[in-house]
Amino acid sequence: MQRIPELFARMAGDEKHEWAAASTIDVLWVLYDRVLNITPATADDPDRDRFLLSKGHGPMAYYAVLAEKGFIDESILDDWTSWDSPLGQHPDRMLVRGAEISSGSLGHGLPIAVGTALGQQIAKSRGRTFVLVGDGELDEGSNHEAIAVAARLNVANLTAIVIDNQSAMYGWPGGIAQRFAVEGWQTAEVDGRDHEAVFTALTAPHDCPNVVVAKIEKSY
Amino acid sequence: MTTMRQAFTRTVNEAIEHDPRITVVTAVISSNEFPQEHERVVDVGIREQTMVGVASGLALAGLRPVVHSYAPFLVERPYEQIKLDIGHQDVGAVFVSIGASYDDPAWGRTHQSPGDVALFDTLPGWTVHVPGHPDEVTPLLRQAMEDDNRVYVRLSLHENAQAYPVGEGFTALRHGKRGVVLAVGPMLDRVMKAVDSENADVTVLYAATVRPFDSDGLRKAVQETDHADVMVVEPYLEGTSSHLVSETLQQIPHRVRSIGVKRHAELRNYGTAEDHDAAHDLDVVGLGSAVRSFFRG
Repeated sequence: MQRIPELFARMAGDEKHEWAAASTIDVLWVLYDRVLNITPATADDPDRDRFLLSKGHGPMAYYAVLAEKGFIDESILDDWTSWDSPLGQHPDRMLVRGAEISSGSLGHGLPIAVGTALGQQIAKSRGRTFVLVGDGELDEGSNHEAIAVAARLNVANLTAIVIDNQSAMYGWPGGIAQRFAVEGWQTAEVDGRDHEAVFTALTAPHDCPNVVVAKIEKSY
Repeated sequence: MTTMRQAFTRTVNEAIEHDPRITVVTAVISSNEFPQEHERVVDVGIREQTMVGVASGLALAGLRPVVHSYAPFLVERPYEQIKLDIGHQDVGAVFVSIGASYDDPAWGRTHQSPGDVALFDTLPGWTVHVPGHPDEVTPLLRQAMEDDNRVYVRLSLHENAQAYPVGEGFTALRHGKRGVVLAVGPMLDRVMKAVDSENADVTVLYAATVRPFDSDGLRKAVQETDHADVMVVEPYLEGTSSHLVSETLQQIPHRVRSIGVKRHAELRNYGTAEDHDAAHDLDVVGLGSAVRSFFRG
């Protein structure tokens, strides 16, 4: 984690996202450092855990973590978004080793994650699927289709992480966790900067789909 | 009498049993035709965006999804999911629709999809099959399920009296000197009757597969005529394939007439499919008139 600010700072041109303000940085770090059963050597292993970054906006934190963990060479951070760079402001899975999905348009990752988790079940794999969405992203109706379907089909090897930095236009009555709970998800709310709390929530046993709402101070 | 839809469900159900890659993803429509207790059969309820997203995830996990619904709900409603969750993720899937342009016009505009093939045509890498007979459905689908690519299969209640060999490009069913008519899928029988009624000395090509477009087959047929005049008759939006005809014949001065579901107006009429064929000049009378005027002289 110590090198993340330095790696992050190498990607210039999106200064509204300072590293310290990046809402996803701590959750991403905990996932790749302590939770996900995946390394550069096992990036194609059918039994790997799959992490889907649905909220593809502002992916510098994601790239910094992938670089620190050896999925991509950190030298490619410097000219990100250039013509020849594999790194754009929304990730492309065909260009970035370790990126499970291409994302950017909101509301796609959670339905895809239901599919990868079902695929892992069909394959009798021990792999799990984790998907990260933003609270603003939850405005997209496709997420709510998937929230319902994941619970009805009891996709228990699925964990969604909602980064809640109060970006949703109109918010969610009763809170985001409640939106998942009424559909039958296991829910947890944590401080999105508290690594131990994030780790505990992401590794809590669950026999139904699991959501971790990671609360982050609002930033602009 | 087997319909295209029955041929589809039978072929897919056979594949589920012997091919562990095959999965079926539906959004209620036709779901009772597939074994819901099977772990590789997933119905997501009436949620077409998630239907395509789930298919994407299954494909990313190494499976071969068959995705099915009524054409407007399979193609138009989740179009961005098709573009991004399938195409941009660079995974394959087999999309199979029923309903076509206006198979059930009593249901109105909401259940019509004349623009489906044109939408797929905006995306790279899709194979598009438009079978004209139930017996063409099975070989096309079997091949599609064995492959890894992106395939759209457009089924219809409209069909020709007999099946033709599929999978080998355009098939020449008659040869003439005045020009070429390319008939797509269920349009063939009406095209043949129209050509007969007008005594037109034209080559008739049949296509059950329109993407990839058999440019070599069309060019060869045109070169064997005395006039580079090509009429394309498609059962969906008129002109959907005209850009490929132009590209195919770019080195040859030529004329093209594109026939299909008209673009200029939204018909607020119910009635029968035959009524709509007549309104779009896609019946034998309308096609005969087009043949007569285009191949005159």
